[in-house]
Amino acid sequence: MVFSKIGEATLGSIESVGKLAIFGARALRTSGSGGVLFARLVRAIFELGVRCIPVITIISIFTGLVLGLQGHHVLSRFGASEMLGTLVSLSLCRELAPVLAALMIAGQAGTALSAELGIQRSTEQIDALELMGISAEGFLVGTRLFASTFVFPVLTAIFVLVGVFGGWISGCVMIHADSPTYWSAVHQAVHPKDVLECMIKALTFGGITISICAFQGFNAHLLSGTAGARAVSLATVRGVVFSSIAVLAADYLITAIMV
Amino acid sequence: MTEAPNLAAGPGSTPNAAGPNQTDPSQPPLVRVHGLRKSFGDLQVLSGVDFEVEKGGIVSILGKSGTGKSVLLKCVVGLLQFDSGEIFYEGKLLACRAGRAELRERSSYVFQHNALFDSSTVLENAIIPLRALGKGSPKEWHERARGVLDRLELLGAANRYPEELSGGMQKRLAVARALVTDPDVVFFDEPTAGLDPIRRNAVFEMITQLQRERQFTAVVVTHDVQEALLVSSRIIWLDDGKVRFLGPSAAFSVSQNSDICRFRDNIDALRASLI
Repeated sequence: MVFSKIGEATLGSIESVGKLAIFGARALRTSGSGGVLFARLVRAIFELGVRCIPVITIISIFTGLVLGLQGHHVLSRFGASEMLGTLVSLSLCRELAPVLAALMIAGQAGTALSAELGIQRSTEQIDALELMGISAEGFLVGTRLFASTFVFPVLTAIFVLVGVFGGWISGCVMIHADSPTYWSAVHQAVHPKDVLECMIKALTFGGITISICAFQGFNAHLLSGTAGARAVSLATVRGVVFSSIAVLAADYLITAIMV
Repeated sequence: MTEAPNLAAGPGSTPNAAGPNQTDPSQPPLVRVHGLRKSFGDLQVLSGVDFEVEKGGIVSILGKSGTGKSVLLKCVVGLLQFDSGEIFYEGKLLACRAGRAELRERSSYVFQHNALFDSSTVLENAIIPLRALGKGSPKEWHERARGVLDRLELLGAANRYPEELSGGMQKRLAVARALVTDPDVVFFDEPTAGLDPIRRNAVFEMITQLQRERQFTAVVVTHDVQEALLVSSRIIWLDDGKVRFLGPSAAFSVSQNSDICRFRDNIDALRASLI
């Protein structure tokens, strides 16, 4: 009985991943459907990217501040406080910036996307598009997926830069570690391979986050087994929870491959 | 309680009813539905629906709430998959891609709650169907959209968003969006649901006037019996998942079938129960 339930859940998960992949592929393939591609792309970049800059900036400065404090505290025990710049920059570049930026974008833009698509589903706007012969996946989701390939790397880069600056404030300005040593360590620590890993993660997390949030909103009525406001609320919650889990799982996989 | 379906139903004798165009008997009907069945789980909603819609005029699909009127319409346009049966558009089976594409190009659908694109302006809402069809230039799309909006007195609100419009204006925009492609057939799903009697009359008047001007075939799902009888040439009455009456509205008006009488003359029944 237990094994049968585990089997069912496993098969269900595999089926969901398959449906998600088909959904994403169809959205990209038909993103030109309905025209005005450039205008939709600009709008998607604004919604996913520009609107998330304040939250990314705030989160990244505090992450850098905490890293600077904790890093200096731990490294000074071993007489290695000159390694603070290395610790802050590599932690941010290879791990924290792509993951935290993706989680923040999922929390802000992802939930908005799930809710918007869920409402468009419940008010039959998606049905209206399909009846006109417009691919709703392409028209509503495709351009956002394309936008995510630009937005996530840019926001992640902003996260790294602001975070390193935050580390400098707490480590050098507030605790008076040596500032030239900090910047020199940052400069020497980050190699192109680290930047590549950072960008690969940002691109992957962008695709995962937007696909999952869009999929949940687009199919709100089917996946929740209900309709209306309840379906939209469930879709929004599932979108942010599933995309956060998927981002962390993908982070482990990419790290394991690239380390 | 069945009345023999009159598949060759002619124009109604109601004075104001918009009658169908003269059709060539050798030509197939515009829409033919045969043996349509649809269920949701254990609930059988449509259990073998058969009817035909000839070109021209207004056909009203009447029935009590929950009898599957909207489900029937959604099955016809392809929004819902049906379990069994056949639907033909001008003789072409809609199960095939060509038939479905032809229906999509030549028909429009007005949703019960309008389904307007809330992130697009009034003008953009009217242009989207033209862009989807892909015929003509963007300049022509703008001209046609502005023309339809002007006809429905919405041109002044062209740059506003749907949520900034009143309920009546939203309904007019939904109709404008449906008519901008100059379709052969327009399906209206409960166009007067939730409206007060004055607005309800205005919507039926608008449908009738536009149908006369543009000569499309209107298929209207409604449970406003008296209004439907006034404007429709033919009536399809659904009950228990089947077509129980199909014929001229004049025949529906005088039918002595007890179920039809109860449905049609409900206000008399209420009056009688209150005395």
